[in-house]
Amino acid sequence: MSKIKCKCGHENPFGTVLCEKCGRPLTEEAKQSEVVDMRYEGSARRSQTYKRSIIDKIWNFFSSVKIGVSIIIAVLATSAIGTLFPQKFYVPVQTPEDLLAYYERLYGFIGTLYYKLGFYDMYNSWWFKVLIGMLGTSIIIASVDRVFPLYKSLKRQRTKRHPSFMKRQRIYGEGTALTPDLSLEKAEEKLKEMKYNVKKEDGAVLAEKNRFSRWGPYVNHTGLIIFLFGILLRGIPGFYVDDTMWIREGELRSIPGAPDYYLKSNQFIMEMYTKEEADEVFGKALDRVGSIVKNYQTDVSLYKKKEDGLPGSTDMEFVKDYSIIVNKPLKFDGYNIFQMDYRLNELKSMKMKLIEKETGDSFGEFTIDLDDPKGVYELENGATVNLIGYYADYAGVENGEPVSKSPVPNNPAFIFDMRTPEKPQGEKSFVAIQQTLETEENAYQVKFVSADTRHISGLTIRKDKTLYILLLGGIIFMIGVIQGSYWNHRRIWVQKGNDGNLLVAAHTNKNWFSLKKELESVKDYAGLPKYVDRRDTDIESEQEEGEK
Amino acid sequence: MMELADLSANLLLVSFIAYLVATAFFGGAIKKASSETTYKKSRWGQIGITITVIGFISNLGYFITRWMASGHIPLSNMFEFTAAFGMMLVGAFILLFYLYRTPSLGLFALPIAIIMIAYASMFPKDITPLIPALQSHWLVIHVITTVIGEAILVISAVAGLVYLLKNVDLTKPSRERFWLEAVMIALVLVIGFVVSSTTFKLTGYEAHFTYIDKEDKPKDIEYNYPPLFGMNEYEAQTPEAMTPWIEMPAIVNAKTLTTFVWSVATGIVLYLLLRLSIRRPVATLLKPFAKKANSQLMDEIGYRAVLIGFPVFTLGALIFAMIWAHEAWSRFWGWDPKEVWALISWLFYAAFLHLRLSQGWEGKKSAWLAVIGFIIIMFNLIAVNLIIAGLHSYA
Amino acid sequence: MAKPDKKRSRLIFRGVVLLLLASAILFSIFSKDKVKVLEVGDKAPDFELVDTEGNVHRLSDFKGQGVFLNFWGTWCPPCKKEMPYIEDQYKAFSKKGVHVMSVNIAESKLKVDSFREQYGLTFPVVIDKTRDVRDLYNVVPLPTTFLIDKDGKIVKIIKQEMSEEEIISLMESVLPQ
Repeated sequence: MSKIKCKCGHENPFGTVLCEKCGRPLTEEAKQSEVVDMRYEGSARRSQTYKRSIIDKIWNFFSSVKIGVSIIIAVLATSAIGTLFPQKFYVPVQTPEDLLAYYERLYGFIGTLYYKLGFYDMYNSWWFKVLIGMLGTSIIIASVDRVFPLYKSLKRQRTKRHPSFMKRQRIYGEGTALTPDLSLEKAEEKLKEMKYNVKKEDGAVLAEKNRFSRWGPYVNHTGLIIFLFGILLRGIPGFYVDDTMWIREGELRSIPGAPDYYLKSNQFIMEMYTKEEADEVFGKALDRVGSIVKNYQTDVSLYKKKEDGLPGSTDMEFVKDYSIIVNKPLKFDGYNIFQMDYRLNELKSMKMKLIEKETGDSFGEFTIDLDDPKGVYELENGATVNLIGYYADYAGVENGEPVSKSPVPNNPAFIFDMRTPEKPQGEKSFVAIQQTLETEENAYQVKFVSADTRHISGLTIRKDKTLYILLLGGIIFMIGVIQGSYWNHRRIWVQKGNDGNLLVAAHTNKNWFSLKKELESVKDYAGLPKYVDRRDTDIESEQEEGEK
Repeated sequence: MMELADLSANLLLVSFIAYLVATAFFGGAIKKASSETTYKKSRWGQIGITITVIGFISNLGYFITRWMASGHIPLSNMFEFTAAFGMMLVGAFILLFYLYRTPSLGLFALPIAIIMIAYASMFPKDITPLIPALQSHWLVIHVITTVIGEAILVISAVAGLVYLLKNVDLTKPSRERFWLEAVMIALVLVIGFVVSSTTFKLTGYEAHFTYIDKEDKPKDIEYNYPPLFGMNEYEAQTPEAMTPWIEMPAIVNAKTLTTFVWSVATGIVLYLLLRLSIRRPVATLLKPFAKKANSQLMDEIGYRAVLIGFPVFTLGALIFAMIWAHEAWSRFWGWDPKEVWALISWLFYAAFLHLRLSQGWEGKKSAWLAVIGFIIIMFNLIAVNLIIAGLHSYA
Repeated sequence: MAKPDKKRSRLIFRGVVLLLLASAILFSIFSKDKVKVLEVGDKAPDFELVDTEGNVHRLSDFKGQGVFLNFWGTWCPPCKKEMPYIEDQYKAFSKKGVHVMSVNIAESKLKVDSFREQYGLTFPVVIDKTRDVRDLYNVVPLPTTFLIDKDGKIVKIIKQEMSEEEIISLMESVLPQ
């Protein structure tokens, strides 16, 4: 690939539009154009130079901004599809069959299609990940291809430009000046006052400001890449923990995903705003919607296993007490535990009494802790109740034996052996909620008195070592985007032309309005020739109109 | 506290009226001026911006007194959020007015803010206590930044609209004329919603129903419009109310649908009346007001507004949002519809900037993109909250 | 000449970058973003649990022997079905150096004791009160059984009910000889 030699003697890389040094247009297109395209300073994008191997072709594909924008649009459009119906993780069912049934029941044929095409979990689908990956690839390659040539070309730019470059700027003016040298000097003075970096060379002045804003896009792209890299890291085991646990009031259990740590729930609290207590300004809203939840809270104690203790040992040390509320997770050792969910009023214990059926006389009450029932309960007057069978979640009888379908006391049932001094051999009875079965007519009965309940907290455990990487990416992105948007790169060229003429040209990557304001004050101060903004066709017509 | 709440409501009314008056003055500024340069210095424009600023201060007063009355920032339900959006839009306009001094922008930005505040007022205006998920200082940081960012981005659409009204030839049928008219119709539909909602509110219409929701639970619902559509397995509790035409399945919120159909019907009637009385596209009504604007300046404002708004929007709607989501919901990103639509808006403006910077999409193309961006933001504000239920649907 | 060299190095650079990016995409598709779970071949982590009589049992007590580590619950029907087979094979294999460690998940002492009595279990049954060991071994469905060889390595993980023949062959697989 040959270099392009400019008339000024500078050798430019293939693909260059404007000579890096003097700014002469090099391509036919540039030569014909009235206002030259100043993107990337007319420098050669690296990828444009080769079009040979397959690797170069792929590279060029991703280097194109058109492709980049197409990928952005593709991500945008597919993301929108995913919001049509709820995603898998917001749906109360889990298994594929249930999911299909769920979408079909609620959304009919379209729901079925939505499920079958995988849109119900599309943000985890391979094709969505490929799209995001392509976006990342495009960001990297397109940036690499542009930032280096741009840097070189801004570094190499000469103060004195060829008139053909000046003439093709959007803001350009040409005219005679009485004292060109004085004008140049005054212009320099004024530009310096306006915080421009001014360079002089052989009857030419180049004033430049905020060049660093040109790097904004590349800085923010770096931030995005760091962010995407952080997300990628979550796939490595150990970088990311996401678990859930249900914990009952009074229960002590190990924290899933956080080895060596244990949590005890002391209490779950749910508070409501009530008309009586809440501020009166909330009165109308409470009338309208009924009650509004004020607080969800789990009071917990955190424990840690002793250093040399083995898993399972009860040898642990207290770390701290904490009240987990929404927006205030419990934090320890990189873990966060969040208040996410709750279930109210699970049975905890049941109070029973033993009575003689005929007289209704009671032998006293006893309480069965449903977590840790005892075998024998001693009552008054020498009576005892032996608990010989306990079924926490009674679900009927199978093979002559009562069965429990889970260890959770949703529907507790008991087999009691009741002994009194009168009947020392004992009487057996099966007691479940709302029912008592006896093999033969008994003289005694265990009767339900009252029950105690407790609440269960649903907690989420998270550990995310990538958060700081993500945050760093976010911060760099913000720096870059602010750098690129809130500042703009402005350049003003003033130079002596032939026979005492003065040429003025100016360029900015955005905010032409301010540039023109600045140029206007330089013009007035230094007596520079009149210039025009060749994009602004309205001004002329409007002025004409105004003069009529 | 109640006095503060009342004061707050009055201040909002004052600013609403101030914006209406200011719009008239901006209109006058443009009518009177013979050219760009003269109307920049026009007295009418001066008065217009002064009234706008007074209205904005009163609007801020509404915001602060409501904050004081409720003890939390008034950005926690649909009314509060949309009203704040309207307020910030005026704020963004004032900012850009002092940068560029162009009354044309005000003439179009203020009516949009007015429509937005009117739209907001159709939602329950009661001060609601904060639910646990919202009890965080991030509510202030995240929502305020997002609203400011979005308001600045909407200014870009306003500039785009002025640009298009000025530069699209409305005398001959064309695709551009069609779509510009479509935007006008959309605005009229919003007015239709406000008009119909106000009408039924003034007549005090109410109809109660019980129904079965999609989780098979019985629920109550109250309609403020004559119920065209009934909820799933509805039973009327208000005997004198009309019987719905048709019962909807459980996934469709028939109340929302009823409101929607009434609004669209009213809007279409309004549009047709307007159209019949002027016998040409409604956009032509507005064209004279855009005529004096400087195209180049509008193009630049449109672009600058995106440049200023994009970083603010990123910070508020994505970065702060992620930090808060991590604190409240344990994950910084959960593909909740509101989150996804914020991402979509962000991607859209990223595409806008790329197309402008490296594909040279300026002028009309850029203006159309700005208008589409406005539609996406409004979709996220309105449709995602009302139709697509997610974690953000507090209202 | 330097030129072809430069071209080649550029090609290599581009190739490497593209390859890295492609593998990053593949990685994101195939990684499951989860914590590491115990797998066959891993060392079985040690633990200590208490049985219903108050005796402490450690996995490391059985160093040099095979261990049949069974997680179960009294309410789970398949657990009940396989329990008699485990008991029978425990009797047959314990002399040959294969031990049974039976871990009940957080149920009450009364419940576990009556179950032991009902099924006449003679091997030690420990209760994982805090679910610590269950979390450690990532046990989800019950019953789950781990076969651990004399070197303390996990040889097999079974996440369902087992027949008597299966139990025999599994115990044979961890005979210390």
